[in-house]
Amino acid sequence: MKHLITVAILVVLGTLGVHAGLGTLGLLPEQASLQAIAVDKLLDVHLWLISFLFSLIVMTLAYSLAVFRRRKGETGEGAHMEGNTTLEIFWTMIPLLAVVFLAFIGAASLGEIRRIDPSALQVNVLAGQWYWQYQYPEYGIVSTELYLPVDRQVNLQMTSNDVIHSFWVPEFRVKQDLVPGQTTELRVTPNMVGEFRVLCAELCGTSHAYMESAVFVVTEEDFAAWVESQQSTAEVDPLLLGQQLVQRYGCTACHSIDGSQRTGPTWAGVFESVIPLADGTTIIADREYLIQSIINPNLHIVEGYNPNVMPSFASVLDQTQVEAIASYLETLK
Amino acid sequence: MKKFFALGLVRGLSWEIIGTALGIGFVTLVRLLIGLPAWKAEPAVVFGALLGALFFLVGVGAVDDWFKWAVGRETGEHFDDSHPGWRRYFGASLDHKVIGIQYLVLSLILMSVGGLFALIFRTELAEVQMQFLTLNQYNTLMSLHGMVMIVSILLGIAAYMNYLVPLLIGARDMAFPRLNAFSFWIAVPAGLILLSSLFLGGFDTGWTGYPPLSARAPLGMQMFFLGVSLAGFSSIFGGLNILATVIRLRAPGMTPFKMPIFVWAALATSLISLTATQLIGLSFQMVMLQRLFGMGFFDPAKGGNPVLFQHLFWFYSHPAVYVFVLPGLGLISELLPVFVRKPLFGYRWVAMSSLGIALVGFLVWGHHMFTSGMAEYLRVPFMYSTLLVAVPTGVKFFSWVGTVWRGKITFETPMLFLLASIVVFLLGGLTGPPNATVSTDLHLHDTYYIVGHFHDTMFGGYIFPFFAALYFWFPKMTGKRLNERLGQLQFWLITPSFVVLSLWMMRVGLLGMRRRIADYDAALGFEASHLVMTVAGFLIGLSLIVFFINVWYSLKKGPPAIGNLWNSRSPEWQVASPMPVHNYDQPFEVVGEPYDYGLPGSQYIRFKGEK
Ligand code: HEC
Ligand SMILES: [Cu+2]
Ligand SMILES: [Cu+2]
Repeated sequence: MKHLITVAILVVLGTLGVHAGLGTLGLLPEQASLQAIAVDKLLDVHLWLISFLFSLIVMTLAYSLAVFRRRKGETGEGAHMEGNTTLEIFWTMIPLLAVVFLAFIGAASLGEIRRIDPSALQVNVLAGQWYWQYQYPEYGIVSTELYLPVDRQVNLQMTSNDVIHSFWVPEFRVKQDLVPGQTTELRVTPNMVGEFRVLCAELCGTSHAYMESAVFVVTEEDFAAWVESQQSTAEVDPLLLGQQLVQRYGCTACHSIDGSQRTGPTWAGVFESVIPLADGTTIIADREYLIQSIINPNLHIVEGYNPNVMPSFASVLDQTQVEAIASYLETLK
Repeated sequence: MKKFFALGLVRGLSWEIIGTALGIGFVTLVRLLIGLPAWKAEPAVVFGALLGALFFLVGVGAVDDWFKWAVGRETGEHFDDSHPGWRRYFGASLDHKVIGIQYLVLSLILMSVGGLFALIFRTELAEVQMQFLTLNQYNTLMSLHGMVMIVSILLGIAAYMNYLVPLLIGARDMAFPRLNAFSFWIAVPAGLILLSSLFLGGFDTGWTGYPPLSARAPLGMQMFFLGVSLAGFSSIFGGLNILATVIRLRAPGMTPFKMPIFVWAALATSLISLTATQLIGLSFQMVMLQRLFGMGFFDPAKGGNPVLFQHLFWFYSHPAVYVFVLPGLGLISELLPVFVRKPLFGYRWVAMSSLGIALVGFLVWGHHMFTSGMAEYLRVPFMYSTLLVAVPTGVKFFSWVGTVWRGKITFETPMLFLLASIVVFLLGGLTGPPNATVSTDLHLHDTYYIVGHFHDTMFGGYIFPFFAALYFWFPKMTGKRLNERLGQLQFWLITPSFVVLSLWMMRVGLLGMRRRIADYDAALGFEASHLVMTVAGFLIGLSLIVFFINVWYSLKKGPPAIGNLWNSRSPEWQVASPMPVHNYDQPFEVVGEPYDYGLPGSQYIRFKGEK
């Protein structure tokens, strides 16, 4: 009995100690969404359980080792205890109940983070090796940076151009994969103004580590101002528009303008140059070729590159936009 | 020279080279004949590797007897053992003890290779930005580390199951000795093919090989798929063999609840590997076919579905983690009573908990896919089933604590490793539920938290028990004791560094460190943590070197193992070490309970002709 009381005290102290220790360690990034609040709340229940069960097993074990160890010169065997059915039933049933309870609050927490706000802002997310692209159908904007108004739910409708990627902002907690040929949904309600990073969380090839983009959570007014500034770019001169488009659509992730090598050929000096093709022929890179390369990339494959790497932009860009990009490419020396 | 080529392994390797060349030539010839461009690396190399593996099996002699039976020739009970001494281990043998040790050595070799890979990319991670690896090299090493370790673990548990199960149940050998030899030898070309991916462009998908990424990866991907598929046969046949052995060949009087507890664990493990391994083979082969013949199983452009792969893959790969840990947990339960001199607490409950874990383990695979885009309504059921695994696992922990309570505890090296197993596996187990409840998993999935969590389960459930068992049974295998001082040194090197490593992994994961990234943003502030983890990794490597030195030194200079070293009740310790060639000269009969330590006058077994 004396043993059991000591162990019980140790377990209680251990539980409090471990939980307090975990608390001071700083285990989570900033909490920047409503979903993060729900996740962190459930995580804290887990931490209490972990602290308790860890102390229960380790304290009892450590106590046994310290008190029941074989002393110098001692002989003989341990107590002959084969088991205890009541005890076994007890420590099967209690965890069973605990598990059902945990699953129950787990489901409630899931319900919380999946709560749908009908007035949510819709953003279509398109990912590819290795870029992020955000389309705002309400405003006709496409951007490589994600701008979100604070305190309003955003409904991310996501798909991938090539392999599986995963959308994750650690400060928002929740993540969701983007699967080619399928649209997945993620809903987040940012509740803190600030700048964060979208990280691709699913291994998507060599440059996976660098597949990031910025997220700006801004006030309602700043968001409106940003929308306006984005929409007005459509009216500026084609060269500037082209330059903005190639960044917005992630072209520059694969193409450099300074001659350096990326996934695709560099654009430096491409206009009017002689391009060797994979089928052994050559072609002059006139305006027509540039336009075809954008809307139908598999028509001509440049030597040393593979087909199906560059996505087709036929359905994403309209005629003026393609023309603007071509005009911009023509200026690159 | 002639003697060298008489070694089965050397013959097998020579045949493998010939087979590979023939396979490559054959595909090229066929392509030429049907008017395609003759040289295409992928089909040629895949077929060559496959043929090479089959040639290896013929060359090494693992299928000799089946050929003889096919033409109606008689064969002996054993392959004729023309190679005495150490040479025995380099060729096909039918003795389960030899095969067990072959498995053990191959497992240790792969463990070292996989560990080396980890140290290489861990060094790269110590600082931000890429220092000496390219992104593709990083991904290849990281991916191979995973799969090489998994194969090493599968071989390691096969080693113990092979060596121990017949001894523990009093059988002369396994039920199907030839299948047993085949299961081992197929793992050799499988391992070689797996490692060859390193030289064939590597691959960048991680050990999970998800398409569409794996459908586009370099040629190394195919070698990975093929190597794993072949290694799968080793698991499937091995599982079948253990099941048949345990069901058919137990000593008289050994009713199910008088079996040593490790045998229960082996049984549960084998049930899983016999019935689930096919699914990982299937999913991998489907991607192979997609790459070779354009079958669009997982290609959305052809109506395929990438998420289907994940279902098939995890239907094996979740139960597989129980294949990795159940034998280790069985070893803990098996050995703990010896060092605390008390019966295993609640033997029947522990035995049933292994089966319980194995069965529930089949229903939980979806917890790897909470973010995958699978049907949303599947999330909650998978959360319930996953959390349910905690119940039988809890039974094991409580039973260990109950066993240690009021024992007469001693602290030899095996016991130290057992204690570390319990604590580390506890860390792994307790950090599991946050991945089971969906909302928290949406944060944790694909981060270093997961990496830390499963390394805890693998070390606690496999690595530490593996060493406990090795220190315990090495004398039985070799007749020499391992050095106790070096054993303690190894223990004190590996344990603290591993605990630090895994806890740090979980911490940076929670803070936002994604898994499988070659490089990370300096702004995250993880550089110091990564340095700590890298140093810890190297200390673990050092502990392995100490272990190998110990093996080498003890084989040369170690004291001979005489008598019942650990004062164990188990039958194999009642006879001489190393174990006689045909196991027990006298068959034994079970007359009592296996773990009645502390009950005066009790007896577990009685040899024939003995009172
Ligand atoms: C995923 C990487 C990737 C992205 C994103 C990408 N491309 Fe490409 N691009 C390639 C590759 C690879 C090639 C070479 C193969 C080919 O000819 O299709 C290429 C070829 C081209 C060419 C022909 C260049 C030459 O030297 O002949 C042009 C022009 C081009 N891309 C424009 C664009 C534009 C404009 C965008 C954005 C709207 C874009 N690309 C986005 C990978 C990419
Ligand atoms: Cu990605
Ligand atoms: Cu799992």
